[in-house]
Amino acid sequence: MSTWVVVDSMTLTRRALAHWRANPGPLVFGMLFNAMLVLVFAYLFGGAITVPGGQDYGSYLMPGMLGMTMLFGTGGTTEAIATDLRRGVVDRFRSMPMAPSAVLVGRAVADLLLAVLTLAVMVGVGLLIGWRPEVGPGFALALVLLLWFRFALTWVGVYLALRLREGVVTVVQTVEFPVGFLSGAFIPTSTMPGWLGAIADWNPLSSTVAATRELTGSPAVAGSWPAEHPLLLAVVWPAVLLAVFFPLAARAFARLGD
Amino acid sequence: MDAVVVEGARKRFGEVVALDGVDLAVPSGELRALLGPNGAGKTTLVRALATLSGLDGGRAEVAGIDVAADPAGVRARIGVVGQHAAVDEVLTGRANLRMFARLHHLSAAGARSRADELLEVFGLVEAADRPVSGYSGGMRRRLDLAAGMVLSPAVLFLDEPTTGLDPRGRAQVWDAVRDLVRGGTTVLMTTQYLDEADQLADRVTVVDRGRVLAEGTPAELKARVGGAHLVFVVREGHDLDRAAAAVAGLGAPRTDLERRRVDLAVSGGAGDLVRAVRALDADGIEVADIALRAPTLDEAFLALTGQVVA
Repeated sequence: MSTWVVVDSMTLTRRALAHWRANPGPLVFGMLFNAMLVLVFAYLFGGAITVPGGQDYGSYLMPGMLGMTMLFGTGGTTEAIATDLRRGVVDRFRSMPMAPSAVLVGRAVADLLLAVLTLAVMVGVGLLIGWRPEVGPGFALALVLLLWFRFALTWVGVYLALRLREGVVTVVQTVEFPVGFLSGAFIPTSTMPGWLGAIADWNPLSSTVAATRELTGSPAVAGSWPAEHPLLLAVVWPAVLLAVFFPLAARAFARLGD
Repeated sequence: MDAVVVEGARKRFGEVVALDGVDLAVPSGELRALLGPNGAGKTTLVRALATLSGLDGGRAEVAGIDVAADPAGVRARIGVVGQHAAVDEVLTGRANLRMFARLHHLSAAGARSRADELLEVFGLVEAADRPVSGYSGGMRRRLDLAAGMVLSPAVLFLDEPTTGLDPRGRAQVWDAVRDLVRGGTTVLMTTQYLDEADQLADRVTVVDRGRVLAEGTPAELKARVGGAHLVFVVREGHDLDRAAAAVAGLGAPRTDLERRRVDLAVSGGAGDLVRAVRALDADGIEVADIALRAPTLDEAFLALTGQVVA
């Protein structure tokens, strides 16, 4: 059983990749949407936003956008799981002599691979608009922390899809924008009303984004405790999300039969 | 040996009792139909046997293995085709079967050749390299069946295999199922279509409200409702009463003036048909149509459950 988890997960990861090859439309559209958001914020809104340290807004924005794309990826996770549940594909897998957990592990690995591609494209877009991150171990660590955040969100998505089924896509689409905007991704939280800024500071997205800024050479921002400890929180927050949602997802999956 | 054994199976979902003490034994090599209306508990029973959900009480055994004690062992010996055509819409038929074969732990080369064999057996060679989203309902179902047959399972569970198919798709699926049974697979199939049970099944188990109501061959179940009926239509409505009197010696005729029809239960088979024709002819009554009709499974079901099947 244990070794089959790896083999079966690889088979199902390949299935997800084959889907994207056969039907790249939504993927390409998603990438274009992300690029468009960069342009809208960098050139339309950016002129009206001043950021600490006198940095240009485009460079402030890019780590935020990288974090946002990790958040957006959750929608894809939930949709894929909900579709397989609806079509009876999950039941078929569960009735086969394969490792049942491969259904979820295969999904998580595929989503991580897609996140790597998404980050590569977004870094390219950033370079085009003049973002010049310090390239080095810090940059690599920033990418790892972004993927760590994405990995944790995958299991939030899996749990929500298993519990909410069909309704999940609407819920995630409705929630991801407020969650994304109520953070330090687009604007410094210090410009928000005090209580709102505090909530935004404690948003896990803010921590991952702030850590990415620090690791790619943006000037550090003083202020609240979470704003001053972004690296620690960018490691801890996803770990907390995983500690809560991985067991919940595993239990919801095991209980599909009841 | 019995390929499927169920003893006192119970399952409830909140207030709803889905299985209320079901006993079932399906001998190896048999095609058994579970016949019943929506909500009878058919799908719940099949899901429990396929290890997809547990029972609250009682026990079940598939291919000699206890379902609760060794679900993995059961999974290695069964094929399951659920109510949806649970195949991957985006992939091609061939890619689907290769994936399912890999997930049954065949080697890459083994998966390729098994996929080719299954495409051949289920008549999907021409469509093999097209995405499943373009398949007809019948083709999807056959692909679904093929995916359930990767390891030539000892027992195949089919949950309403032809629901939603057009007549051509149904005929294709029926042919495929008949071939499987000829090859020695035990099949437990749920259906709410009486003609499907009648056409395919060796034996039929009638279920309703989580209980087994009756079991037997289609012919035995029909026989429970009584013998054959002699039905004829007279050409002139005013002959109706005379016609009924002429055949009264064979049974108790019921007349339907509007349709100019006489209907009576008979026990003498074809001989009664001949006697009726002679008697009517002797009285100079012209007959537009006459037939000896076996009772349908619909009538059997109505008699057993007191309700009409959709």
